[in-house]
Formats: sequence, C-alpha cells, structure tokens
Amino acid sequence: MTSPDADLQACFLQGDRLALARLLTAVENGTETGLAALRALYARSGRARTIGITGAPGTGKSTVTNGLAKAFRRRGESVGIVAVDPSSPYTQGAILGDRVRMQELTSDPEIFIRSLASRGALGGLSAATIDVVSLLDAFGKEVILIETVGAGQDEVEIAGTAQTTVLLNTPGAGDDIQAMKAGIMEIADVLAVNKADLPGADVLISQLRALLSLIPDRRWLPPIVRLIATDAVGIDDLVDACDQHYAFLQESGRLQEVERDRARHQLLALARQQLLAGLMDHTGGQARLEALVEAIAAREIDPHSAARQWVAQEGRA
Amino acid sequence: MEGVGGMAERKIRVLIAKPGLDGHDRGAKVVARALRDAGMEVIYTGIRQTPEMIAEAALQEDVQVVGLSILSGAHLELFPRVIEACRARGVTPDKTLFFCGGIIPQEDVPALKAMGFQAVFGPGANTHDIVGFVRDSVQAPA
Repeated sequence: MTSPDADLQACFLQGDRLALARLLTAVENGTETGLAALRALYARSGRARTIGITGAPGTGKSTVTNGLAKAFRRRGESVGIVAVDPSSPYTQGAILGDRVRMQELTSDPEIFIRSLASRGALGGLSAATIDVVSLLDAFGKEVILIETVGAGQDEVEIAGTAQTTVLLNTPGAGDDIQAMKAGIMEIADVLAVNKADLPGADVLISQLRALLSLIPDRRWLPPIVRLIATDAVGIDDLVDACDQHYAFLQESGRLQEVERDRARHQLLALARQQLLAGLMDHTGGQARLEALVEAIAAREIDPHSAARQWVAQEGRA
Repeated sequence: MEGVGGMAERKIRVLIAKPGLDGHDRGAKVVARALRDAGMEVIYTGIRQTPEMIAEAALQEDVQVVGLSILSGAHLELFPRVIEACRARGVTPDKTLFFCGGIIPQEDVPALKAMGFQAVFGPGANTHDIVGFVRDSVQAPA
C-alpha cells in the first residue's frame, strides 16, 4: 500500500470527512486506492441500517429523504445519504440535483450527502453504489439513506442494496399502472403515498391495498403511509414503519439473509466484470471480439456459438 | 458508461452554485447543462447558497471544479468568503479549479484571479469556451 493511501485511511479512521470524500471518489472510480481502502476497511462495515427510497420521478424522493434524515438526526443518529441520478445515455454526463431539496441538511456535520451518477448501470443504480454505502458504513454512519430514480428495474436493484425499501407513489394518472409493474410490489417493504393532500389519494391507497392482497403469503405486510413531505406530515409515521420493518428483519433472522443476498449480488456482478475484463485484456482480445462481431453480422456464425468460441479460445485470465 | 473492462471513466465532477440572494439562475443552469452535454457530472446546488453551504458541498462531493454564478454585483464580498470556507475544509484553489461568471466588471477580474479564480466569464461568454476551459484545465482525479 502506498504512503498516501495509508495516510488517507488513517485520516478516515479518525473521522476526517475530507478523507472520506476522497476515498468515495476512489471507490467510485475503481482505482487502486479505492480497492486498497475496501480491503482495509470492509471489516468495519455491516453496522449501518440501510434504507432505500425509490419511486417515479416527481414523487418527492429527495424531499422525503430530507425529512427522514432530519428525523433520524433528532434521535441522535449519524446519517449518510447517497443520491443517485441517471447519466445521459448519449453524453454520459449527468446533472446531480438532489442536494437542491436537502438544503437544510448541509449545516449539520453529522449528515454526509454524496451524489452519484448512474454511469450507465442497468436499472439506474450505479455499480459503485454498494461500495459507497460500505465506506459510509465503515466511517460510522448509523443510518444510510439511498435515493434513486425508480423506473423499471431500479426497484430490484435497490432491494439488492438496502435492508428496507420504501416505494413512493403519488396520486395522479398512471400511478396504479406503475404500481402493478412486475416485481415492484414484491420489492417494497414500506409503501408511501406522498402528496396525500392531492385528489385521488384515497383511491390510490385502496388500489395499493388491493394489490397487496394479491401477493402470495409473505411474512411481512408492507404498511401504507400517507405523507405530505413538503410539510413534514407523516414523516414520523414513515420512520415508525421503517423501524418496525427493521425489527422484523432482526427478529425473523431475515437480516442475515438480506446481507447474504447483497454479498451474492455484488460478488456475481464483480466476477462478471473481472471475467470479461480478462477476456478483453488477453492479447488481441479487442480484435478477436471485432472479428466475431463481423462473423455474426454476416451470418457466418450464430451468437451463442461465437460466445462459446471466444470464451473457450481465450481461456481464463 | 462502464467500460468493458469494468473500469469507470474518470469523470469530471463539477459543482455549480449561486451564492447570496441573487435568484436569477438561468445562466447557471445553461452552464450546468453544457457541462453535462460535454460528459461531465454536475452537482447543481441551486440558489441562495451561503459560503458554508457551498464549501460543504465541495467537500462532500469531492469535486475537481467549483463554478460560482452571480448577477447581483456582490461577488467581491461573497467570493472571498466562499474561498475561505472552502480552505477551512481543505478544499483549496491549488488543487480544485475555481471559476466564476455572471455580471462581473472587467476591472474586478484581477482581484478575483488573485483570490484563486482561474477564469471569469462575464456576460456574453459562450458555453463552448467554458466547457473547453474546464476540460483543458482540470487534472484527472487520483
């Protein structure tokens, strides 16, 4: 390990937030510094509660995250927030604007907010998000809130990262159809109806109850919480719901299962990455790939056989 | 985009903020969008930022670039306080690129440069120049 890396880790362990910020960059970029930090510090993670907040754009995720952070702080807990926004598929750039809704939190040194771009990850959740959460955990954050855009597979991704997943809905056209999308209802541990002062809130709640009743027998029935996040209405109820879910996880032994699921999910993703990198790093890897691409496009070979050949010929890194 | 090898590109992360009470944010948003279109990740903190809020964001987000926008004429009063709040948190102009823009008279530019701002983009500056400047000036993160 280099001396600057050792210094950064030492500062991190003393609670230096600049060191935390630098190491978060390192793990996000997958550098040697970041990998060394995870090697050294991973054993200190595993103590934080993690809560995912997801939902379609416009449902008020940042405002709810803001309210939750304040509530946990009132109880004296140190809070980390990871706010993920989508990268443009065309330019690979991103506007990370979640801090705009969390202005009041910047004056509290016990709240650390990190904005991440999804960087092309399927499902909208950055692959590095789990590593960022691990570092915040190792730093001593007791509650980590993970906020992401919900669209399609995002919910599944966040369920693989957070212990408790809060799914936000708001009254309005199309939300009932959103709620019925495969996997969404099964993923949510807590259902929240934000902007509950708008017309249609009661209808939405009945629809959500009806959908919940269709799910085969589960050990945990997601509570439905009404919120008006901009007025902090219902935030305490949301905290209670999250606390109850966490208690359920602990008492039922599900907490260990959740940790194992998260480890499995990340290990498989990293192994895939490393195996593919191995194939590409092999001398002539890129050229081999292009030759096979040509052959497939010219219908000289089918994609499955091409993949077999590529993997077999190149061997393992 | 994740490369095939799994190594993320070294993205340039930029903080765009408006200190003080000036609420005219169209320019800041135009610059933010231009930087995004150039492939950068822009943390946009919005209007009515105090120097401490800007410095906190610069610290937590570990940005390589801080861009301040102001149209109210209060730059000579506010910008030194932003720099000072940043320095207090270990974010310094020698390691982090500071630039600014808005309604800033030419005669104030030397003072701003002395404070640590490497470029001042007055009215009429075009986004192409700003993007080029940021891209050419920033060093890849460690």
